[in-house]
Amino acid sequence: MKAEDKPQSGAVRTGLNGESDSSMNAMDSIIEIQNVSKYFGVANDGVTALKNVSLSIQPGEFVSLIGPSGCGKSTLLRIIGDLLPPNDGKVTIKGKSPSEARQDRDYGIVFQSPVLYDWRSVRKNVELPLEIMRVSKAERERRALQMLQLVGLNDFVNRYPWQLSGGMQQRVSIARALSFNPSILLMDEPFGALDELTRDRMNIELMNIWSQTNTTIVFVTHSIAEAVFLSTRVVVMTPRPGKIEKIIEIDLPRPRDFETRQQRRYFELVTLVRESLRESL
Amino acid sequence: MQSEGPLTIPSRVNPLQQYGPAVLVFVLVMAAWELLVFALNVQVYLLPAPHIIAQTLLEQASSLFDKGLYTFREAFVGYSIGCTLGLLVAVAASRWAAVADALVPYAVATNAVPIIAMAPLAIVWFGIDEGSKIAIVSVITFFPMLLSTFKGLTTCAPASFELMRSYASSPFEIYFKLRFPNALPYVFNALKINSTLALIGAVVGEFFGGPAFRALGVFIKSENAIAHNVQAWAAIVVACAFGVAFYGVVMLCEKWVMPWHVSQRER
Repeated sequence: MKAEDKPQSGAVRTGLNGESDSSMNAMDSIIEIQNVSKYFGVANDGVTALKNVSLSIQPGEFVSLIGPSGCGKSTLLRIIGDLLPPNDGKVTIKGKSPSEARQDRDYGIVFQSPVLYDWRSVRKNVELPLEIMRVSKAERERRALQMLQLVGLNDFVNRYPWQLSGGMQQRVSIARALSFNPSILLMDEPFGALDELTRDRMNIELMNIWSQTNTTIVFVTHSIAEAVFLSTRVVVMTPRPGKIEKIIEIDLPRPRDFETRQQRRYFELVTLVRESLRESL
Repeated sequence: MQSEGPLTIPSRVNPLQQYGPAVLVFVLVMAAWELLVFALNVQVYLLPAPHIIAQTLLEQASSLFDKGLYTFREAFVGYSIGCTLGLLVAVAASRWAAVADALVPYAVATNAVPIIAMAPLAIVWFGIDEGSKIAIVSVITFFPMLLSTFKGLTTCAPASFELMRSYASSPFEIYFKLRFPNALPYVFNALKINSTLALIGAVVGEFFGGPAFRALGVFIKSENAIAHNVQAWAAIVVACAFGVAFYGVVMLCEKWVMPWHVSQRER
């Protein structure tokens, strides 16, 4: 549906949002975050989850947000996805407000837990967003099967979520998030609950899905290895108040696979991220 | 649905394994009862032996069944009214916080009142026939349904609401795709609890008066008063049978409506 309309430099911007001059410098980016702050609780007395965070993400990027607990990485993700309003600053998604972007179904979201509906079979879970978006029955079924194929679950379409392992459930939730072809995939520690072997496999799968779908991914994680392996850029965040410490370009060649993790450059980047995290504390 | 592939869970279908223990307990209890009554020479008005009750039951089967049906009808109509109203109010309370804040505390409080104490008043208001019993049953089934359904509609995982939000779904869709299915197990729980409550309410309501020779509760009370305790026992068995049958039908519906639920998964 929307995979094609990733904004190409300048030309795409039509009169719709002409009023904003601040978006001029953000013409190439799909996600533009400017001076965003977020407080919880009473101002001054509460917690400053984010302080003056600015970040711009290009179409087709894979950006990881990494940092210790309390650095505001999940909060930032939720502000991008219009699940939380910022107290200050501005987020622009394809030239629109996050709320408009959400209304336009620009976001696919994958949470830490799979959030599958027990009363729906695997296929029906993947069809859920398509039902809400009034996609015809035949088309829904076709897309669901295609997405389940993509995440390697074609043999499990008629099962119920509780009959699947944790890793399989998370794959269903990824298939569901991708089913309506959102231009942005927001992932909040999606593999946090999985064992390391499963996580490695899921990383490879996600990598393949990303390269096949052109989706822009914002990925929150605790794992340095995961962030370096997957990303085009790693955003290192620090807590109290939550802010961006450093942005590290990941220049590992693609396609990346299991062997990528044995490259010298991979280790250098992992060390670089680790050091930035340590400096910040 | 769960027939092919490596994840199929072995099902427990052998009926002998499933129902055998319960049947055995029934047989043993009946035998012990029979034996005790015989051994201790218990008078029939105190406690009749099972075979005497069974005999009476068979002799008066058709008239007892008619009385049971009459009382069950009252119970069922009251149950339908109470459950429907409870469901509707729960939906309203889950949609508008003001409704919940205004009503739920009273629902909890009223639930603690022994509604059956209102039976004599109900007769004044709704008449000595079906009306008063239907009213009592409506009231006692209303609250469990309201409280249970309200809980089911409001205790969805927070992330599942966020998921619906991310799809820009309407409140209507949130109800039909998330809240209602989530509430279904709670609704069925209330339907099951209420199925027995309804019958109790109707029978006890009839103790305070009702059409003589037609209603089970009236019959139990009057036979008891003239020391026809065997008849009373037989009537109790009939009431019990209707209650169990009602519960069973609700349970079958539950199985049919939500095969996905934890309680239905094969052990």
